Amino acid sequence: MAGADSDDSLYPIAVLIDELRNEDVQLRLNSIKKLSTIALALGVERTRTELLPFLTDTIYDEDEVLLALAEQLGNFTMLVGGPEYVHCLLPPLESLATVEETVVRDKAVESLRKISHEHSPVDLEVHFEPLVKRLASGDWFTSRTSACGLFSVCYPRVSSTVKAEIRQHFRTLCSDDTPMVRRAAASKLGEFAKVLELEYVKSDIISLFTALASDEQDSVRLLAVEAGVSIATLLPQEDLEALVMPTLRQAAEDKSWRVRYMVADKFSDLQKAVGPEITKNDLVPAFQNLLKDCEAEVRAAAANKVKEFCENLPEDSRETIIMTHILPCVKELVSDTNQHVKSALASVIMGLSTILGKDNTIEHLLPLFLAQLKDECPEVRLNIISNLDCVNEVIGIRQLSQSLLPAIVELAEDAKWRVRLAIIEYMPLLAGQLGVEFFDEKLNSLCMAWLVDHVYAIREAATGNLMKLVEKFGAEWAQNTIVPKVLGMANDPNYLHRMTTLFCINALSEVCGQEITTKHMLPVVFKMSNDQVANVRFNVAKSLQKIGPVLDSNCLQTEVKPVLEKLASDQDMDVKYFAQEAISVLSLA
Amino acid sequence: MAGAGGGGNDVQWCFSQVKGAIDDDVAEADIISTVEFNHSGELLATGDKGGRVVIFQQETENKSQSQFRSEYNVYSTFQSHEPEFDYLKSLEIEEKINKIRWLPQKNAAQFLLSTNDKTIKLWKISERDKRPEGYNLKEEDGRYRDAATITTLRVPVFRPMDLMVEASPRRVFANAHTYHINSISVNSDNETYLSADDLRINLWHLEITDRSFNIVDIKPANMEELTEVITAAEFHPHQCNTFVYSSSKGTIRLCDMRASALCDKHSKLFEEPEDPSNRSFFSEIISSISDVKFSHNGRYMMTRDYLSVKIWDLNMENRPVETYQVHEYLRSKLCSLYENDCIFDKFECCWNGNDSVVMTGSYNNFFRMLDRSQRRDVTLEASRESCKPRQVLKPRRVCAGGKRKKDEISVDSLDFNKKILHTAWHPQENIIAVATTNNLYIFQEKVN
Repeated sequence: MAGADSDDSLYPIAVLIDELRNEDVQLRLNSIKKLSTIALALGVERTRTELLPFLTDTIYDEDEVLLALAEQLGNFTMLVGGPEYVHCLLPPLESLATVEETVVRDKAVESLRKISHEHSPVDLEVHFEPLVKRLASGDWFTSRTSACGLFSVCYPRVSSTVKAEIRQHFRTLCSDDTPMVRRAAASKLGEFAKVLELEYVKSDIISLFTALASDEQDSVRLLAVEAGVSIATLLPQEDLEALVMPTLRQAAEDKSWRVRYMVADKFSDLQKAVGPEITKNDLVPAFQNLLKDCEAEVRAAAANKVKEFCENLPEDSRETIIMTHILPCVKELVSDTNQHVKSALASVIMGLSTILGKDNTIEHLLPLFLAQLKDECPEVRLNIISNLDCVNEVIGIRQLSQSLLPAIVELAEDAKWRVRLAIIEYMPLLAGQLGVEFFDEKLNSLCMAWLVDHVYAIREAATGNLMKLVEKFGAEWAQNTIVPKVLGMANDPNYLHRMTTLFCINALSEVCGQEITTKHMLPVVFKMSNDQVANVRFNVAKSLQKIGPVLDSNCLQTEVKPVLEKLASDQDMDVKYFAQEAISVLSLA
Repeated sequence: MAGAGGGGNDVQWCFSQVKGAIDDDVAEADIISTVEFNHSGELLATGDKGGRVVIFQQETENKSQSQFRSEYNVYSTFQSHEPEFDYLKSLEIEEKINKIRWLPQKNAAQFLLSTNDKTIKLWKISERDKRPEGYNLKEEDGRYRDAATITTLRVPVFRPMDLMVEASPRRVFANAHTYHINSISVNSDNETYLSADDLRINLWHLEITDRSFNIVDIKPANMEELTEVITAAEFHPHQCNTFVYSSSKGTIRLCDMRASALCDKHSKLFEEPEDPSNRSFFSEIISSISDVKFSHNGRYMMTRDYLSVKIWDLNMENRPVETYQVHEYLRSKLCSLYENDCIFDKFECCWNGNDSVVMTGSYNNFFRMLDRSQRRDVTLEASRESCKPRQVLKPRRVCAGGKRKKDEISVDSLDFNKKILHTAWHPQENIIAVATTNNLYIFQEKVN
């Protein structure tokens, strides 16, 4: 490897190695990211005997360096000599798995999981499993939390005696003194259950699950909920009722809202895991309770799941369950005191119409939609409007148009510009569903009003909106309705409005096509090249550059070129600059 | 000895150490603003008005001298906070450390939270005893080698070196408090903590700095209707869902975070009906609670108001189970204490290791030990005069009026500029740390 004489190729590697201990974090990070280059130059032997021992001791470094190191080591197997030597990577990863920074530990565990697959069954028992045990019985909880994520990768590949030990270690960690470790164990319980033999799932895992789900710390109990869902998918249907359901039922009624929130949040997964029978008998009442929970956070989480829950109900009884059990709760949520709850509901409620069909939608859901369209909170109204497509398929949007319009107008004029911005984004969608006539009659004036909004972001969004509308309704419609209005603004006394004309032309020229652009827009642009405000003039140059590709070459040479040349000799520096730029981009020089 | 952490008043306290400058003119920056032992008692941290944190470490015990406990020596000193200026509000933000809280130990390093009025910081204090050696392109002293002479690559090696203690800021939790932070408290779940200012309490995750949850907000819509402020807040030592906060009106509210996300509705309100006979112009000021602390076992909590210490059973809201007068003789002096602003001093209080004795400070560099089981109390003094090694502290008495007996000190001769606001008790042993203005006194039980 190292030649007898000085070797030029060594120099860059020497720099990289020296920078592993540079004062500057960025340089250290850089070196760590090129660790494979260093290892390649050192060869497998020296990587194992010198580089890895050095790296094992560098755990004092900054988090970002350690994070990069932990990641690198996961891909290092070939660089230490292949699977035969992969266990050499364990010491540095073991020390990284004990640092206080969670992201680093997690990355070290991820890499350990990755290289565990590269261990031979023998090496796994000789090297890897002892490491897991060391971590699991470490003094500090950081190492014990890391151990929790490693059991499931070695379990399937070790002998039955070692398996028994692993189960014992996991059991110990589930009743650890520190909540951090119990949380780590609870979050890995589902994953561990998946690799266990069914008999041990029933004997070991269930008791651990039950214990964690009644832990004194809320933060542990709420993680047990997710584990419960995974465990439920593993068990045969007939065991669910006895082994899992009592605990899950208890979680849905936990004293702590955070646990109930978790149940609400995982409700769809839970529903799929336990199957239709338990759903009908157990989950429906539980879901009703969550929708009526005293804590708004829980209601909002449950409200978010309404559509998914209804969709996944068994088909034979779906409609009955929704109509008799779910809908009454939904009706109450429409007038909830908390706006997050209402807006969560508004984001999914429209989805119910496809499930319930036309008649039920008109009779039961429509009044709710209308009520939400009149809600005092703009977010609720926006969420309804953004999901209009679902109703459109079932009953047609016309049913709503009477209430829709005031709602849209009100949002369009909301004092908060972010609300105005949000409604603009739905305009093309609405236009498509309401049709051109309705649009011209009711909404066109709004779209034009936004062009002269006092907030730039709104004016900008409004120009983008016009482009999308033209894409929908066609060039002819544009020529008759919006182009005259846009061009009219070129004579506005406010230079910001005059600039809006230019921005609109930029956006519209391509969708409107050559004819409209040349005939109607170009003369206006030319006229504005004499504007007294420099900002307008240089935007003329920018516009010409932008619409140039739409124009034919004759027009470019005879009409555009002279205007740009005149602007290029403008007294204003910026006007000159953009004019010259346009000339070169359009190759008119 | 009355067992580990025991100690009734049969404990004789003797001087162990004093830290800080001896001269009389005190630099403002050196004034100690908080004192806190870590969970093992091996480390003791102080914060001062200059924004510095000093950590003392208990020397490992020398068996041959087991009669005397080992001393605390400086382990690490660092600048935790710097003075800042809020340009939007034209306000200076002092660097003064308001509170320090240690985190339960998670690995070989130690972690603590320190806060000034606005910003909370998480510090890591770690030891390093190895450093890498060996460069390719330069000598260890920094001289560059001729690149042409490099024929082999050298990988640096770690070699032992003198122990170095490093303090590094790990997280900065900023921009969540409009008013001044008065308390921070770490939750028993080891992943969250609360911070309280005059009107709000926020809940943080220790690993997330860009977001916190507001769990209590007592700010009225109209600030003219403001009648009370939050003075202190603390998490229950074992129940992760329970915390308390005290108010300037002398009440303590206990909240259950399980019940709802926003804890504006308390689940218990601890309040003692006012004694009409003691009613005066100052009643409201002196009933303001300056500190609240849960006992280690979590059954009781202690509150300190201007004149007394009260111990409450968490199961009884209508009155405290025990009340101790700290310096009742000041009741007649309230008028002058109001004039010199002393009436607004915020005295803290602390429990001993097994919750049998509580300690709190007073004026004239006096501090009080209140024995719960024997209902006895004693006044001790932290002073330069009695700081010969292992000298036993003599109890002090203040003459409350009438004829002054021998050994008694007259109320009028008390020095109100010398006050002990901050004290801490070792979590297991009878070792206490008492902060006078700019000195830290460490006393311990005399062992025969």
